[in-house]
Formats: sequence, C-alpha cells, structure tokens
Amino acid sequence: MVNIQLSGAEMVLKAFEDHGVDTIFGYPGGAVLPIYDELAKRTTSKDNKPMRHFLVRHEQGASHAAEGYARSSGKVGVLLVTSGPGVTNAVTGLTDALMDSIPLVCISGQVPSHLIGTDAFQECDTVGITRPCTKHNWLVKDINDLSRILHEAFYVASNGRPGPVLVDIPKDIQFQIGTYIGPETVKHKSYRPKLKASIDTIDDALQLISSAEKPVFYTGGGVINSGNAAVQLLREFVRLTGFPITSTLQGLGSFPGDDNQFIGMLGMHGTYEANMTMNQCDLMINIGARFDDRITGKVDEFSPNSKKIHIDIDPSSINKTVNVDVPIIGDVAHVLEDAIKLWKTKVYKTNKAEIKNWWSTIDQWRKKDSLKFDQGKKTIKPQYAIQRLYELTKDQDTFVTTEVGQHQMWAAQHYKFSKPNRWITSGGLGTMGFGFPAALGVQVAYPEKLVIDIAGEASILMCIQEMSTAIQHKLPVKIFIINNQYMGMVRQWQELLHDKRYSHSYTDSLPDFVKLAEAYGAKGIRVEDPKDLDKSIKEMIDYDGPVIFDCVVDQNENVFPMIPSGKSHSEMLLGDETEKSEISDEGKVLV
Amino acid sequence: MNDNVIKNTVSVLVDNEPGVLARVIGLISGRGYNIDSLTVAEVDAEKHISRITIVTPGSEETVNKLISQLEKLVPVSRAANVTFEKKGIEREMALVKILATGEKRVESMRLSEVFRAKIIDTTHDSFVFELNGSPHKIDAFINLMKPLGLSEVSRTGVVAIARGTEKM
Repeated sequence: MVNIQLSGAEMVLKAFEDHGVDTIFGYPGGAVLPIYDELAKRTTSKDNKPMRHFLVRHEQGASHAAEGYARSSGKVGVLLVTSGPGVTNAVTGLTDALMDSIPLVCISGQVPSHLIGTDAFQECDTVGITRPCTKHNWLVKDINDLSRILHEAFYVASNGRPGPVLVDIPKDIQFQIGTYIGPETVKHKSYRPKLKASIDTIDDALQLISSAEKPVFYTGGGVINSGNAAVQLLREFVRLTGFPITSTLQGLGSFPGDDNQFIGMLGMHGTYEANMTMNQCDLMINIGARFDDRITGKVDEFSPNSKKIHIDIDPSSINKTVNVDVPIIGDVAHVLEDAIKLWKTKVYKTNKAEIKNWWSTIDQWRKKDSLKFDQGKKTIKPQYAIQRLYELTKDQDTFVTTEVGQHQMWAAQHYKFSKPNRWITSGGLGTMGFGFPAALGVQVAYPEKLVIDIAGEASILMCIQEMSTAIQHKLPVKIFIINNQYMGMVRQWQELLHDKRYSHSYTDSLPDFVKLAEAYGAKGIRVEDPKDLDKSIKEMIDYDGPVIFDCVVDQNENVFPMIPSGKSHSEMLLGDETEKSEISDEGKVLV
Repeated sequence: MNDNVIKNTVSVLVDNEPGVLARVIGLISGRGYNIDSLTVAEVDAEKHISRITIVTPGSEETVNKLISQLEKLVPVSRAANVTFEKKGIEREMALVKILATGEKRVESMRLSEVFRAKIIDTTHDSFVFELNGSPHKIDAFINLMKPLGLSEVSRTGVVAIARGTEKM
C-alpha cells in the first residue's frame, strides 16, 4: 500500500475503515472537533464509505453501547469522546470491558500538545486515569506515530485476551498532516499472545478426562470470546464425552441452556446441581473461566477432591486463586480443535459405567428443583415474569442484556440461551446502568432482531437518558423492568447480613415509567396482575419502537439458591431454608 | 501474611516507551504489592529495551503471581524472579556522607578500607564514600558509620542478573 499524506483526524477515520469499522458511538466536544468535522465531511462526500455515528447522551452510554455492540457481534467496539469529562465519563465502561475481556477502541481528544500539563480547560491526565482500566493506552505525541498506534490499538484490543484500549490524541495532532501507513505494514514490537498449546499438555488433560469418574465441564466467557468455532468445538467435545457441563454468568449460551447435559449456571446464585457437581467432582475441566470469587465461594473448600484442568489464553489467570493440575495456555478454539483430534486419533474412551452413576447422582440433585418458586395469583413473581418473557420470545432470535442486581440473576437462571452472544451482562464489574446502553449497541449490530434489556427500577435510572438516543436513532429496544421498588440485591444482603435494616435501599420517588417513556416518545406499559402479563409482553414485542415495560413484582422475593459470603458450595441456601443462615463475621466482610 | 515472606528481586524487560514505568509500578501497587527498591535504565539502545529491577517482599507463590501479571502488560516482554538466594547476583551502589573530625574521622576511613569503599570527595570535616556490593554489605557499612558521623546516604537500589549461562 502507498503511504499517503493525511491529517490526524483523517487518519483516525482511515484507520477505522482499514479495520472494518463502520459504526462508532460518541459525543463531541472541543478537543475532538477535527475528527467530528471529518465525520461530517464523510456523510456529504460520495468517495468514502459511510461511517455510522451514534450520538449518545452521556459518554458512559457510549462505552456501554460499544460494549453491547462488541459483545453481541464479536467485532471491536469503537467510541469517540472528548477530553476531560468526556473521557472520565467513559471510564466506567472501559473498566467494565476490562473486567469482562471485551475488545474496545476508545479515541479521546486531548488539549493541544503545548497545553498538556498546564491544567488547561477540559484537560485531564487521560492516559494516567485510564492506565489501570485499559489493556493498554497511548498518548500520541507525533503525527507520524499516529497511524502505527491506531493499528496497534486494534491489534492489542482484539488479540490475546481481548480488552479495551485507548488512544489519546491532542487536538493539534488531529490537524497536523503526516504520513499514513497501512495496517499490513505494522507489527507490534513485542505483544504476541500464544494461541496453540503444547500437544503433550493437551494429552495429559485427555488422559485425566478418559479416566475420570465424576467429571464436569466448567466453561466461561473465554469460550464466547474465542468465537463461534470455539462454541461449536465445545459442543462437539461435550457431546463426545457425555459429561455434565455448567457455565459461568459470562459463558451462558456457549452450550444450549435447554440441553440435558447442561446443569445450569454455577456460583453464588447457581443451581443446586451445578454447585454440588462442582463440589463433588473428581475432575474439573475449566474452559475459558477464571475461578472468580462469585464462582468459588470459600476458596479453601472449593471442589476439594478434584483434579483441575484449566484452559486459558491469559497465563496470569493460571493459579491466580485456585491451583490447577494441568494448565493449558492457549486460545479455546485452538486447544479444543487439537484436543478433539487427539481424542479421536488416540481412540480415547470415557469411563462409561462410572459416568452413568455420576449422572444418576446429579439427577438426584436436580430433583431439588432449586429454581422453583410459587407464583400464586396476586402479585407477579419476578421469576415468573422472566419465565414468561423467555417462553414468549424463545422462538425468535432474541438478545438479552441486563443491568445488575436481582433481576440479572433471575434472568440468568430462568432465561435459557441456545446461542452464544445473545446474553450480554456486566459480570466482573457489576455495573448498574450497563444494560440499556448495551442494548442499544446490540440493536445497532442487529437492527432486525428483538433486543430486550431486563432491568431493575433502580439500575435503569442510572442511564435512562439514553432513551433519547434510542428515539433519535430508531433503535426499538425493549426495557423490561422488574420493579420491586428496592435495590433488590442490596435489600437481600441487608436482610441476610444486617438484621433487615434496609438502609437506603428503598427507591422512593420513582418516576411513572409509562409517562417517562411517553415523554421521550417511546411506549410505556405497566403490568401488575399476573393474568395480564402474557398479553402485555406480546404487546411489547409487537410494538415497532422502544418500550419501557414496568413489571410491578412481589417486593419480598429473594434470589435463591444462594451461597452466602464465606461459605462453600455445599452450604447453599435454598429458598425455603433461609432461617438456618448464620453468616460468620469473616463472611460479612466479603462482598 | 504468609510465613515464607522473603525479599524477592524481580527483573522486568520492557519496551522503553512513555509511561512504561508508571504501568509497572501502578500494577504493583494496584494489586497490593510493596516495593522495597526499584531501578530502571535502558539496556539496549537500538531496540529501546529497558530493564527494571524491583525488590518486593512476599512468598515465592505471591511473587510468581505478580510476575505473570507483569508479563500480561503489553510492553513487558519478560519478567523473572532473580532472587539472590536462588540463582541471582545482586549488586547495589551507595554514596555515604560522613561528617566527622579527629578519631571518628580516622576510624571511618579505616573501616572504609575494610569495605573497599572509595573516597570520592573530602573536606577537613567530611568524606563521601562510594561503596559497591550486595545490599547486605551496604547495610552493614551504613550501620557501622552511624556512630561515626553518618550524615546522608544515597543508594541506587538493587540491580540483579542470573548466574551462569541462563539468559532472560
């Protein structure tokens, strides 16, 4: 490719084009005006490919929308923000993306080079602030570095364990003219993540798998991040072995949620059978998960009698909180492809008789029906609302995002996903306000699909301003609010740990959500009676435009099962036995 | 804290680019580790590679976790534990100023010979000694100088390298 002379602002858009970006989320401001000016020129010129820009109402919305776009499409999410408050507002989304390993490229404007360090208007130390919340970041000091840095940014964001990156571009550099080099000539100096694992280690794992009597697959977001091939290979391998499989919150959808081999989500609010299986297994095959504290419960008592295999692309995940016997460092798809090949060529067999016994034990645990609830006739139970939503949307390819709290856990428990990338939730950071802007990003990626943000009435108010974005850009996202008038998860913990002193967890002075929807030009629906639920959900689905669905539910319902803080998998609370919960002081300090 | 806490010396090879030191030390403090000493300098001018040497207290296990976190940083090409007790050679340099006259002045000079310290500046009332060696040796020298008019100390922090044919 010929090296061409471009302005810094032109280079940014040229690099987007070269990396296949046609969609960005952003908010203009003084320090990014030259780039916004290029965007304006593009829409009026016929020579360039169109660049869709979605104007958000707050930069946090831009970062979550870019995440929603990336999480659902598997592409890199791109956001464009100005200096100072523009970029500090985006920090929550960048951190969220780092925690859940989501590829984002954030371009931020910066005050002109000669003003850096003078406390100029809307100046902040962007690379300093975002250093711990990005995978990597750059401050561009020379126009001739800009194209290389932009290409590196896309490379770093999407290779290895994906993550957010940020490129901070001073305004003078956006105006300067320099040489643009194409992406094919740029190679990062030192960053080369390892994709393939050694065959010997994989063989060690297969030997354990073939002799296991009580095995379990424990899969996470890494499978989904690795891509569709990884998902297909995982399904093949799980079926080949006939082993039970459980998934983390982030991994839901990589194995069909309604399949008999799937024993439900594990962890703090996982099913009884999943957690008991983890507790009692003799072989744990961790694929793309990271032994998060929501998963392990009390680490000392986590799956005490099992050998552990851990497949992860990030070497620092190995032995971080739980020591494993066979660490396999590599990309899930590459490792599974090699594993399946080797399994077949070496004609490995599983221990069929023991696996059959293992399944009958698991089936006994399943009989507990740990997600059961009693709907009754008066008020809508939150679980029922989600169950009905699932039943009425499962026949079309539906995307579900969530906010954070009880509704998120009920959604994870009761909405069953058959495909990857359909479940978009903030797991690591646990960001209230994530779900709605994320849903907008999903809808941008899939304009024809049904996109639902399952929300709580407290969370939704954190980024409600994005309703204006939804209307402007004609994004018919449905917000399904499980409204119990409480920050439900906070209230649940206060109930269990703080003698029911509900300190500031009641959400007083809520808006009338129907009127709120109408004020923005969206549709509002309120339901209180269980018998109206189905009809209203259908009305929501059929409406061609954004909807706020205010589902008024039982205020006293809690999320069960629950592994209380500081307890092990075998000490799960089921819904009907909350009385016996005695949480130690040690447990109380945990989150 | 674990019982097996020792002083670990960690060597880190990094691309010498703006902010790389901030990245390394930010990670260390962000993940709850401490730094006893830190040295940094470019070691390959052509490839712009710097070597950072960090002394951090912790058990071998926790320091191994730190090393894998450091290696996750994009501009870090390699990190390794080169602790003296295991396989490393550690050296440090100190400049030590003594304000003394009479007997104490003579004694400080006598001791400096024992430690093979160099006198690099002198007045009638002062010496500046330059001393190279292991951190323990420098500690010992400083302790001996305390009653003899020790005024000021400047230390480089530890630099380390593996013994034998082993390469980072």
